[in-house]
Amino acid sequence: MASIGTGYDLSVTTFSPDGRVFQIEYAAKAVDNSGTVIGIKCKDGIVMGVEKLITSKMMLPGSNRRIHSVHRHSGMAVAGLAADGRQIVARAKAEAANYESTYGEAIPIKELTERVASYVHLCTLYWWLRPFGCGVILGGYDRDGPQLYMIEPSGISYRYFGAAIGKGKQAAKTEIEKLKLSEMTCREGVLEIAKIIYRVHDEAKDKAFELEMSWVCDESKRRHEKVPEELLVEAKAAAVAALEEMDAD
Amino acid sequence: MKLLDSTDSGNNSSIERTQYPYVTGTSVIGIKYKDGILMAADMGASYGSTLRYKSVERVKPVGKHSLIGASGEISDFQEILRSLDELILYDNMWDDGNSLGPKEVHNYLTRMMYNRRNKFDPLWNSLVLGGVKNGQKYLGMVSMIGVHFEDNHVATGFGNHLARPILRDEWHENLTFEDGVKLLEKCMRVLLYRDRSAVNKLQIAKITEEGVTVSQPYSLKTFWNFNAFQNPTAGAEGSW
Repeated sequence: MASIGTGYDLSVTTFSPDGRVFQIEYAAKAVDNSGTVIGIKCKDGIVMGVEKLITSKMMLPGSNRRIHSVHRHSGMAVAGLAADGRQIVARAKAEAANYESTYGEAIPIKELTERVASYVHLCTLYWWLRPFGCGVILGGYDRDGPQLYMIEPSGISYRYFGAAIGKGKQAAKTEIEKLKLSEMTCREGVLEIAKIIYRVHDEAKDKAFELEMSWVCDESKRRHEKVPEELLVEAKAAAVAALEEMDAD
Repeated sequence: MKLLDSTDSGNNSSIERTQYPYVTGTSVIGIKYKDGILMAADMGASYGSTLRYKSVERVKPVGKHSLIGASGEISDFQEILRSLDELILYDNMWDDGNSLGPKEVHNYLTRMMYNRRNKFDPLWNSLVLGGVKNGQKYLGMVSMIGVHFEDNHVATGFGNHLARPILRDEWHENLTFEDGVKLLEKCMRVLLYRDRSAVNKLQIAKITEEGVTVSQPYSLKTFWNFNAFQNPTAGAEGSW
């Protein structure tokens, strides 16, 4: 799986003989080492969840935000190098504000994704820049309905109805594929995402984690916000219960 | 509109001249009352001496805790609203449990107005900023040259000359909502009679800890049946 690109991996402006740019692949590895981030598109909106691995017992809960609002109607969940993620979020906010200032309406999610992806890609074209070491799941609700996109360190972006990045992405994707998303409401989606994150969390390798979730749906009046406290508590409880039920088998 | 002078070398940092306002709104009056702030403004916007637009909302909410009322150039007010909208958006995106209160917004507006004035390119407005946050009432004003202050009752334009004397006599702490509205209507009626750019269609907005309410537009009753108006030419035979 890991191939050494000796000599061809020193600069992002060098191709290897088999047509790969190793620096970008290494950037993607930084994303794979971070906590799992999941996004799903339900019938009435988007739900995103992050497995925030707690590195220190002295950290206050609620710090280390991984999901950021980019405008009223959209938000981004970041996996990978947190500082790189901040740059991407700041850029996305600026693009969204600029679009609204020029065109007088909230930026369509597709347009926002294209602008952010093109910025991420930009940083893979010059030897004096390094690629962003983070992947981003962008969810939003515009007049074409709810949409979910994922942007990788290479600058690729695709539209998804379910996406996962980070440590547990393979297991998470398998779980998401089992869900019937087109019939699910966001309320139900919140419970499902919590269950998936708890399930893919590796107890052996990483001890504690904090669950952060956000949604943008009809119920939140198409605004991107943190999932309401009581729903989050309910989701965590359901997830823990589901885990115990699974363990009991 | 920017008028460039002869020393302009084509870049934006050249000296701009003061502009002329084109479409202007007249007075705004604001008072503190028991539960918060009351603000009144008519819905007129004049194009010189023509009362051109009669449904202009000159009092708008800003975030959760403030109200802004503006007199002067309406296009500049629209720009200010844009800037404030972006300010509030960025504030909301922090999502940290904090939100900008009236004092902060007032300060932001003061900086904006003063800096523009120093570039000889003012936003031609007098702004009234009022709000309530954490139980604290706040009412302030910023003029187009950046003069700013806080008071229990403020007014812009003609309101300063016609409304404030009434308010100085009749305003007191802890006015009820009804008394506050009556007081504002009294001031607006005087302005309607005596300010030529006033229009008989006004809105009164209130802001309390709970939130903002802007009333539906309505008109004031006026009385013109004074004896001297009944037969205006009575004592004028032989003269024009």
